[in-house]
Amino acid sequence: MAILDILTLPDQALKQESAPVTEFDDELRAFIGDLEETRRNGPAAVGIAAPQVGYFRRVVIVDCSTTRKPVPNHGRLVLVNPEITHWEGYEMGREGCLSVPDYTGNVIRATHIHLLAQDPYGHDLEFDMEGYEARAVQHEIDHLDGMLFVDRVVSRRTDLFQRKVYQKGGKG
Amino acid sequence: MSNNWYMLTLIGEDKPGIVASVSKALFEHGLNLGETSMLRLGGNFTIMMMVSGVHGEADLRDRLKPVIEALGMCLHVDPIQAHLHEHLLPNIQVTVSGADRAGIVAQVTAALAAAGFNILDLESDVAGTQQKPVYIMQIAGVAEVPVEAIERALEPLRLDGVDVNVNAVETYIG
Repeated sequence: MAILDILTLPDQALKQESAPVTEFDDELRAFIGDLEETRRNGPAAVGIAAPQVGYFRRVVIVDCSTTRKPVPNHGRLVLVNPEITHWEGYEMGREGCLSVPDYTGNVIRATHIHLLAQDPYGHDLEFDMEGYEARAVQHEIDHLDGMLFVDRVVSRRTDLFQRKVYQKGGKG
Repeated sequence: MSNNWYMLTLIGEDKPGIVASVSKALFEHGLNLGETSMLRLGGNFTIMMMVSGVHGEADLRDRLKPVIEALGMCLHVDPIQAHLHEHLLPNIQVTVSGADRAGIVAQVTAALAAAGFNILDLESDVAGTQQKPVYIMQIAGVAEVPVEAIERALEPLRLDGVDVNVNAVETYIG
């Protein structure tokens, strides 16, 4: 296992689209081991996508089980060829990125998604996700499509007039 | 020669091209921009920006005088101790809205300060109509205490008819 170098802005390789994984072999699984070690090494990284370490295949890892306040999650997930088949709702949330050090911003993401993917052995996976975990997967799939969260950051001022109050006068 | 940091404050009637003119002048005099905030407030365009360069304060004012006068703006310059790459991450966000009346900001921020909440960013606006103005405010900040403590601190505002939402900010890093 090894900690891999993370590409950072303005490296143009981060804008590259990643290709689907077709070979579910030991080489892929060894890479996933390195990717996970790299994620754990990153400061407070919840997720990571293969292209962030210069491997342009559709592989991401997310683990939303360690937030300060527990959120609905499916534990640590290795997602190969992930594909969102349904989106619903939207909300603003703060994001940062291993590839964009010392910058965070607000991004609008779908609150509920339906996700199809494969595991490292090529077995089919299917999830319904919400909130923070749905955000994580959307952020990571963006990397596979050559998109960074900085391309999606919106001003809080934008939200002032569009804010939807989910729970009136209570904990939001 | 080491660079000095200044905080420049510019205010003037809003019109297209202010940022372009000011930033061009800064660039031509070898000045660099750091973090900035620029926005339109009540028909005025307001700029606060960190600027660094080798110039002294008086020299800086002289160099910017032509562009500031041409734009009809006011300029204020403060030498500052400043550093980049020292962002703090907010961990709590507070949103407030209610019928506009005197004292909302003072009451909310006094309660937050007493609870040990450090404001990193506050944006407020008057929405609604002339007849029914609504005050809307978003505050992002850092507090060592849990969200519930902030909730409790703001409870009196709720009883007073102000809509207050307190949310933990869980920044996603990936």
